[in-house]
Amino acid sequence: MTADWLISLGTGVRNIVVSLGISDPFTDYVMTILAALVLMAVLGMVALYGVYAERRIAGFIQYRHGPNRVGPHGLLQAVADGIKMLSKEDLIPNGADRTVFRLAPYIVFTPAMMVWAVLPFSKYVVAVDLNIGLLYVIAIVSVATLGLLMAGWSSNNKYSLLGAMRSVAQMLSYELPLVFSILGVVMLAGSINLSAVVEAQTRVWFIIPQFLGFIIFIISATAELNRLPFDLVEADSELTAGAFTEYSGMRWGIFFAAEYANIFAVSALATTLFLGGWHGPLLPPYVWFFIKTCTMMFFFIWMRWTFPRLRIDQLLNLSWKVLLPLSILNILLTGTAYFFFFL
Amino acid sequence: MSDFTKIAFFMFFGIAFVFGSMLVVRLLSTSKYDPIKSLPYECGMDTIGPTWIQFQNNYFMYALLFLVFDVETVFLFPWAIRFSQLGLMAFIEMVLFVAMLLLALWYAWKEGVLEWS
Repeated sequence: MTADWLISLGTGVRNIVVSLGISDPFTDYVMTILAALVLMAVLGMVALYGVYAERRIAGFIQYRHGPNRVGPHGLLQAVADGIKMLSKEDLIPNGADRTVFRLAPYIVFTPAMMVWAVLPFSKYVVAVDLNIGLLYVIAIVSVATLGLLMAGWSSNNKYSLLGAMRSVAQMLSYELPLVFSILGVVMLAGSINLSAVVEAQTRVWFIIPQFLGFIIFIISATAELNRLPFDLVEADSELTAGAFTEYSGMRWGIFFAAEYANIFAVSALATTLFLGGWHGPLLPPYVWFFIKTCTMMFFFIWMRWTFPRLRIDQLLNLSWKVLLPLSILNILLTGTAYFFFFL
Repeated sequence: MSDFTKIAFFMFFGIAFVFGSMLVVRLLSTSKYDPIKSLPYECGMDTIGPTWIQFQNNYFMYALLFLVFDVETVFLFPWAIRFSQLGLMAFIEMVLFVAMLLLALWYAWKEGVLEWS
């Protein structure tokens, strides 16, 4: 075990909790609550500064200044936006299904938060070391589809309805290549516990034997995140804001926080599955994890501001006629190569 | 304590975060009803006709096809975890299983389910 201050911190906090006279079953509860609170704080920071990073990078790519007035280099812009959203009026459009309209942000945000529970930030630094972690992530992420459908349907707006319908078609179609591309990694690692998958990459990162899988994973993940070139759910220039057209103020802010939490989660998943997780020379493991994850996030932002949007028929064709057969081919190739080299 | 009890904590905190921020909004924001302000947004025009109508059935076909392949993953995951121990025979059997489903995909393709009209 490497000397990692995150682990010492965890052990230290645990000792304090024990010394307070909290007996054994409750120590775990307290530790989990503390972990959840810390992750929630990190999630908030990622959401706020993800937006800031996205706007700055967009400015850089489009040869203009991003936000640069509030605070040094515009660093406080995110805080100002947060305060603005909290103080804006809470609007629900006429004729909307009010209960479903109010419920939708919960259904979108809660899964985003729940996925963070199983992300392995470093060895032993994971809130819940679930033995079926990967399956759990896939299951939980797809719940957000329901939230988008609820948001679009309840808004009583035709743009929203179109956005909602598209979101379902798109997320269903791209979930298959996503799941199949992960199977190659599972075959090599022999486990769906995320920490065990990282451990299996001590010698070689899975991006090398699973390069095709990695490409399919990134494309499908971009579609699952509803980001350009697959942002048909929002499609600003044709659907105003798609499923979110009628949302404003903090409810809209929660959708945005969920979006950036999901980008981070998917980047972390790509890091864990293909880029060797926390493995890396010299620097501490958690630093490597964050470097890789931030690189992936930058990649997603870069893609968004570089590519034009696809049409819905092109989008569905890409998934069903190209990515799905390719991802199944990837499983067969992985299996064949395995028996060719190891038997 | 089971892992899923811990997961339940995370679920609770996710809900609490949204609930808490909506509570802060209720405390901070002003609220004034206005019939014009709360019209659905449709580029300056009033909404024409009802919004909740029957919709294109293309979406439904994709959903059906999705269901077939999603059930397939349920069989593929346990096999993939034990892949190296199960050996060559299990691999060949899985190839046959996947080939049958690919046949289904090919049939759907041929029948034009995958064409957007």
